[in-house]
Amino acid sequence: MTKSELIERIARKQTQFTQKDVELAVNQILDSMIESLSEGDRIEIRGFGSFSLHYRKARMGRNPKTGEKVALSEKRVPHFKPGKSLRDRVNASRETTDIIS
Amino acid sequence: MALTKADIAQTLSDTFGFNKRESKELVEEFYQEMSDVLEQGEQIKLSGFGNFELKDKNARPGRNPRTGEDVPISARRVVTFKPGQKLRAQVDNYGEN
Repeated sequence: MTKSELIERIARKQTQFTQKDVELAVNQILDSMIESLSEGDRIEIRGFGSFSLHYRKARMGRNPKTGEKVALSEKRVPHFKPGKSLRDRVNASRETTDIIS
Repeated sequence: MALTKADIAQTLSDTFGFNKRESKELVEEFYQEMSDVLEQGEQIKLSGFGNFELKDKNARPGRNPRTGEDVPISARRVVTFKPGQKLRAQVDNYGEN
């Protein structure tokens, strides 16, 4: 499912907002999340999960094509930990649904 | 300070003039809808932000790291998140501006 399909689904389920408003809101929600993580702050969405930053040390890597050594600087990568409710619901659905990509 | 649903709802009110109750419902609806979609076995691609993917894991032998005791880990379905290009780039610039 893509972002626009998700926006359509949310718009269909309620009557207060136009699809355009839902689109603005969804984009703003995602922008707020990106902003928070870029400032080094966690995100905690009860029921859904939390987003935090994981730190990766600087290391020597290799260009897999040429085998050449390259220095990689330290970096921060976003990490998502599903909340208990999402974890349980998704795991319970294993018996009844196939994964659709 | 961690960002919460209340903070996001506040931003929606401030930015678009939606009333507080409606903003809260919209934020709630967004995460609820994503959970529903994942529960239906469907993966989600949010361009710029990232992809929520589902993986079926086989059962495997595990161990309680504290006691050293063998504990079998049952087969399960898990959600994983792959951050998108824009999110990774923004986060990586952290502290450099």
